[in-house]
Amino acid sequence: MSASDNMIPAPAVRSKPLIIRHLPYFIGAAVLVALAAGMQFDGYILNILLQATTFSIAVFGLSVVLGLCGQINLAQAAFFGFGAYAVGLGTADLHLNFWLCLVGACAITLVAGAFLGMSTLRLGGHYLAMVTISFQQIVTLVMINAVGVTHGPDGVANIRRPELFQSSQSYLAFCVAMLAIVGYLVWHLPDTKLGRAMRAVRDNELAAGVNGIDVFRTKVSAFAVCAVLGGLAGGLFAGGFAYVSPDQFSFAESIQFLTMSLLGGVASPIGSAIGTGLLILIPEWLRFLKSVPGLYLAIYGLSVILIIRFMPDGIWGFVSDAFTRWRAHTKAPPVAGALLLKPATTGGDIVLEVTGLSKHFGGLKAVDGVDIAVKRGSVHALIGPNGSGKTTTLNVLSGLYKATAGRIVLDGTDITGMAPHQRTAAGLGRTFQNIRLFRSMTALENVEIGAERPGNTMIGKGDDALTERAMEALTFVGLGNRANELISSFSYGHQRLIEIARALASNPTLLLLDEPAAGLNSTEKLELHELLKRIAAQGLTILIIDHDMTLVSEAAQHITVLNFGRRIADGESMAVLRHPDVVSAYLGSE
Amino acid sequence: MDLVLQLLFTGIGIGAVYALVALGFVLIFRATNVVNFAQGEFSMVAAYLMVVFSVDLGWPYWLSFLIALAGMALFGVIFNLGVYYPLRHRTYLPVIIATIGASILLSNSVLAIYGPQPQVLQGWFDTPGIQLGPVYLDSQYLLIIGVTILLVLFNFWFFEKTLLGKKLQATSQDKEMASLLGISVSTMIMITFIYSAVLGGLAGILVAPVLFVSIQMGSTIALKAFAATIIGGFGDVAGAIVGGLALGVIETFGAAYISVPYKDGFAFLVLIAFLVFRPQGIFGERVAEKA
Repeated sequence: MSASDNMIPAPAVRSKPLIIRHLPYFIGAAVLVALAAGMQFDGYILNILLQATTFSIAVFGLSVVLGLCGQINLAQAAFFGFGAYAVGLGTADLHLNFWLCLVGACAITLVAGAFLGMSTLRLGGHYLAMVTISFQQIVTLVMINAVGVTHGPDGVANIRRPELFQSSQSYLAFCVAMLAIVGYLVWHLPDTKLGRAMRAVRDNELAAGVNGIDVFRTKVSAFAVCAVLGGLAGGLFAGGFAYVSPDQFSFAESIQFLTMSLLGGVASPIGSAIGTGLLILIPEWLRFLKSVPGLYLAIYGLSVILIIRFMPDGIWGFVSDAFTRWRAHTKAPPVAGALLLKPATTGGDIVLEVTGLSKHFGGLKAVDGVDIAVKRGSVHALIGPNGSGKTTTLNVLSGLYKATAGRIVLDGTDITGMAPHQRTAAGLGRTFQNIRLFRSMTALENVEIGAERPGNTMIGKGDDALTERAMEALTFVGLGNRANELISSFSYGHQRLIEIARALASNPTLLLLDEPAAGLNSTEKLELHELLKRIAAQGLTILIIDHDMTLVSEAAQHITVLNFGRRIADGESMAVLRHPDVVSAYLGSE
Repeated sequence: MDLVLQLLFTGIGIGAVYALVALGFVLIFRATNVVNFAQGEFSMVAAYLMVVFSVDLGWPYWLSFLIALAGMALFGVIFNLGVYYPLRHRTYLPVIIATIGASILLSNSVLAIYGPQPQVLQGWFDTPGIQLGPVYLDSQYLLIIGVTILLVLFNFWFFEKTLLGKKLQATSQDKEMASLLGISVSTMIMITFIYSAVLGGLAGILVAPVLFVSIQMGSTIALKAFAATIIGGFGDVAGAIVGGLALGVIETFGAAYISVPYKDGFAFLVLIAFLVFRPQGIFGERVAEKA
């Protein structure tokens, strides 16, 4: 630690600008647009292509909300319909400009999606499924019954296109260009801050919250993005076919979108496009099946069950999985420098001051009027027999439980009423007793999410600085060379280290470790002890809960002991461990 | 006033159907922690079974009724084995998507077989109803209300007083512990699906003469029943019943005094209102995940 302490380290990893790395994609897209504009299609083929293009955009929406964020939307056809009616009624009845209507379509669906999401997304996923079904039914009811506005079952005819793209061929080229742009954004989304947050929420909501992610806002964003893409697609669809009617936007269509998404692979826009293409083409090839009403949807329903059972990642997921596995072993992670921890020091000598903290579950007083004062730069241990309220205390500290009474001040800021992600932004880092990592991500991505903590002063701008910081943290815990492997390939002990690295990367003011030694073998415990020493050497304050008395007595200078939810001893380590109340709590009194 | 009483009677009658289906929802939710989105289709399938036996084959009503219910029990077994059981170790999302798939498969298979025309099923009694003072009591609604009361009593007795009921409760509260105590969890879940399918089927057969027997009846009833469970408090048996009755009454009054075409929309509005202002419902859901 020299004079460069105050400087943000310059990124050692430097990647080429995105635009150059992704040049092949844009060239490919340009070729497709040129083909769509130049090749002569007959009307039938043109219609199928137009349908596939616009539907794909709507299905991209599902790949964001369902694939990335793990939330369900069974009303995508309703949002699609919103967009189609906005453009349809706007251009045909109100004689407005097409572009204005298309923007309006996106705005309406954004508001509708955000509102619907906000009403439901604080609750479990079942609610969202049923509420979106209900919403879909209502939209259909209104489309059919509000004849004065929507023309009822007759639908809207004479929908106009923009002046620039009057011919079907040029309009198709325009739609393909839109598809390419939206596809690029959706494809790139997982590697952005919002995209990482969505994936973290999908994998583990609790861990996402304590790593500084606003879970509710992330879910609402995903849902709104999905709705907007539905609206945009619907608007383009209306312009393309010049006529829309309620039956095109029914619940059955929502299910069709879902099936397309699941079949192709819900996690990627490429999968969405594959699924959409297949489900538009296959029915065209098997036209004779259409003579029996219901048969198609019955087959869709059966396909959904079979895909979920046998091919949960869809066609593209199947292909890309093999590819990722192969890449993880070939692509070497970048070499990183030493990890710098510079805990913030805005408050006084006491980093964490807990006064009169209580948590009652009904009549059970799990934590009852506990005081804890953690000195800056110290390792402080919280111990107690099973059921003494240690983990409850930690959960109240990190905001997973609301305190019944008491006050928590972190580095001069009162965090008692804050949500988990706000506490993290205020400088709290934590690990869990039962490891909570984001299981579908690599070690590096997990740690990147930690590094992205709002208010982390130790990272510069841009993705490279983020990767750099995460690599430093992983190297610090000794796993830098395995950064690109998926979480499932790590041992239990190593997963614990990754969790610690994730917390360290965020440069917290206070690190909460919930039973870090639980389940570790003796070698791993020694390594953990060494790691704690190295962390403490950098001046980071640690509050540790553990059963391992050797670890606690050697690592901690200060110990607080809980029993039956109350503090029974507090002070310098050796003195506390000899305290008669502590001895009797652990060994029983005579 | 007369109209109010009349509407109240009708509302409770239709609400009783929602309550029965909601009960099926809740029982499966408690046993498996997932919502079965094909619950409404249980009712629809049972109503069509009645049409097959009683109308198409012309068997006696009571015999058709018994065979239809037996068919529903078998159906519960098939549903569990085909949809839930293979996915039991996955998260809730794949399971609910699979049940949605099953719902689509069921309703559209019936559509492919029977076509879109609604079928008519006779009521149980020949007398259409009785006049009691100002209120006309439709015999089918009376039957629905009576059966619902009996079933609620049976449900209480079954879960609180019998060993099997207690085993089922234990399974829904802690699967691992239940299996350590020698309870076969997969058998308990199978029984839940059978019971739930029979309950849903019973609701479908009872309501069929009042509505028409149609493909949509499943999804309509399921939507209402789900709204009922949220109003009552998710996962709560008493809540499902109270919520169902409340929803039936609200909807009937809404249709009479506000708008008929939007009748099915009231459930949604009440649902949204509850989600925004009292998401834990009247009785409160028991939710808390341990860190």
